[in-house]
Amino acid sequence: MKFIRTFMAAATALAVTAFVAPTFAADDPGPAAYAQALKGKRVMLVPLAMGFDLAQGWAHFLKKEVEGWGGVFETRDPNWVVDAGAQAITDAISSDTRPDVLIIHAPDLNSYSKLMKKAQAAGTYVILVDNPANFPADAFVGSDWDRLGQLEAEAAIKGCGENSSKKLGLVQGDQANSSSLYQYAGIMKVLDKHPDFKVVAKPDSNWDATTSRNVTTTMLQQNPDICAIIDFWDGDATGASAAIRDAKLDGKVFLVTTGGGEKAADCDKLQDGTYGAVVMTDLARQSGDMNAIIKFLLQSGQPAGTSHTYIYTLEKATTKADLKPDSCWDLKALQAEAAAK
Amino acid sequence: MNTISRPSFRSLNQEGIVFAIAVVLFVVAAIGLPGFIDPNNLVAIVRSVSVLGILALGMAVVVIGRGIDLSAVAIMAMSVAWYLQLLNTGTPDGLAFAYVLAGVLAIGLLNGFLVAYADVPAIFVTLATGSFVFGYVRSQLITQDAVPVPQGHWVELLGGRRFLDIPIEVFVFAGLAFLFFLFLRYTKWGRYIYFAGDNPVAARNIGIPVRPMLVLRYVLSALVALIAGLLTAASLHSINTRVVNSTLLYDIVLVAVIGGIGLSGGRGGVRNVLVGAALIGILLNAMTIIDIPLLYQNLIKAAILLGAIIVDGIINPRDEQTAQQGDI
Repeated sequence: MKFIRTFMAAATALAVTAFVAPTFAADDPGPAAYAQALKGKRVMLVPLAMGFDLAQGWAHFLKKEVEGWGGVFETRDPNWVVDAGAQAITDAISSDTRPDVLIIHAPDLNSYSKLMKKAQAAGTYVILVDNPANFPADAFVGSDWDRLGQLEAEAAIKGCGENSSKKLGLVQGDQANSSSLYQYAGIMKVLDKHPDFKVVAKPDSNWDATTSRNVTTTMLQQNPDICAIIDFWDGDATGASAAIRDAKLDGKVFLVTTGGGEKAADCDKLQDGTYGAVVMTDLARQSGDMNAIIKFLLQSGQPAGTSHTYIYTLEKATTKADLKPDSCWDLKALQAEAAAK
Repeated sequence: MNTISRPSFRSLNQEGIVFAIAVVLFVVAAIGLPGFIDPNNLVAIVRSVSVLGILALGMAVVVIGRGIDLSAVAIMAMSVAWYLQLLNTGTPDGLAFAYVLAGVLAIGLLNGFLVAYADVPAIFVTLATGSFVFGYVRSQLITQDAVPVPQGHWVELLGGRRFLDIPIEVFVFAGLAFLFFLFLRYTKWGRYIYFAGDNPVAARNIGIPVRPMLVLRYVLSALVALIAGLLTAASLHSINTRVVNSTLLYDIVLVAVIGGIGLSGGRGGVRNVLVGAALIGILLNAMTIIDIPLLYQNLIKAAILLGAIIVDGIINPRDEQTAQQGDI
């Protein structure tokens, strides 16, 4: 209905303009070309899993937009299992309803490379989101993880201050995921410029909160004077924060992490002091970037695999001091909105 | 190496070997790693394996009775996730807990019934029920992988409880270990588990209620999983169902088996679980202090496991007399 009303309003406005200024063309060729290129096109999102904030946020914004222009939006849920994701992509490529655009959240640098190549050969545009991979996708939309690591390190150094022990601890993700590897590289770049700050331990959490808690407990046990810890994901940083709480070092250890900017996961925890700083992804804008590139690719007429664009999302380290009501998006509100429909 | 006085190799079984490795590791770490011997670090070691150890106790009882419970981790994570989800959507605490307890009992009973009365191998039954529990709860009952504990709830407060500066998990682990020890060693049903595990047919022929006891073991394992899940949520203030995909399940079996509880049943006890948990705890803690990357940690863990099994195989070779029917 809304679309029709907008369309009517636009048509009226056009008619009026045409009447007032008859020198302009009576018809804007844009909408027709747009509709023709996009209508009925299929977009599929294959994230690492559908059960966490980033994927649910992307799906929400993408679905709204894709269905808005008359396309079909689908998701697949590999539930953190790489094989299941590969199966989902394989099935999608060979099915009768092959997606025109495949948005892939890669689990590591290499796993899906061959499949993505196959998809492009079949004529499907491939967009990588969030995690880079060793593959020239049509577009990459997501964080510049190196830059993100630099922001984290800068926030940690600031959180420590000049008169601190200048000892940092890292809780890495793993040694395979590009987001973890590049984050680490970024952190180290900043620390090279601040040689007085030292990383005293850098265990892996394997993205698991319990492991994060255990390694952080050990880290704080060995170095009780650590002034800041950088945990590579808010999904497991709850473990690091539990270890800090248990060691009665709340307020003394500045915990920095990164996440999708969801309210309960990030802003609430900045507010209550669990996290000192969070480098948050502006999820709505990131989804908007994806939507724009989808629309561009579908209209471009270029064969899949032609362009290799990088669209990095603007990242910012947010602390309690610069927390605003709109700093985060609210997953509960999105779910309520979806349920109300 | 003073702790084991002149081991006569013949009497050294796998438990002894693993215990010796654990002691050697402990001594080496205590000498070589600064801060390892610190009382707080020792508490941290015990704590880090508490939940694992609790789950391994449940697994041990099932394995001694010649079964296996592959649904333990799914029950642990999903029951608590459902409980927290119910609380977050406003269900009264008592009612929510009653639902979850009923659900956990139902799955335990289902496991036991299918193994005992339908004669389906335990490995398939529990693999299936584990997947079912995960899939059903994840898709129908909760909306997110991670479910937070409501603020101020008793589960959250439980996580902050300390006695003598020792976290509550350690006491729960110790308490449960003691209870399981009493059960297995001194109760009639506890002793029967060994008979049933060693030779189910003979046990049945002498009049032991083999089947109802089988059901009991799976119910026990499910309840233990619920306790482990509540402790996990208490400490982290949330539960993440991703843990079902992790290697936790294998670690549980590892703790039980490396401590010397044979998968063929009828052998082992609580002490074996404690020895296995001690080895894993010391190993992980030492490797974290040395800052060994996770990939190498897994390699080292696997190598030590393999080493223990090989040494056991050499010292206690299997032959026609020691081999049992139904060995996995």
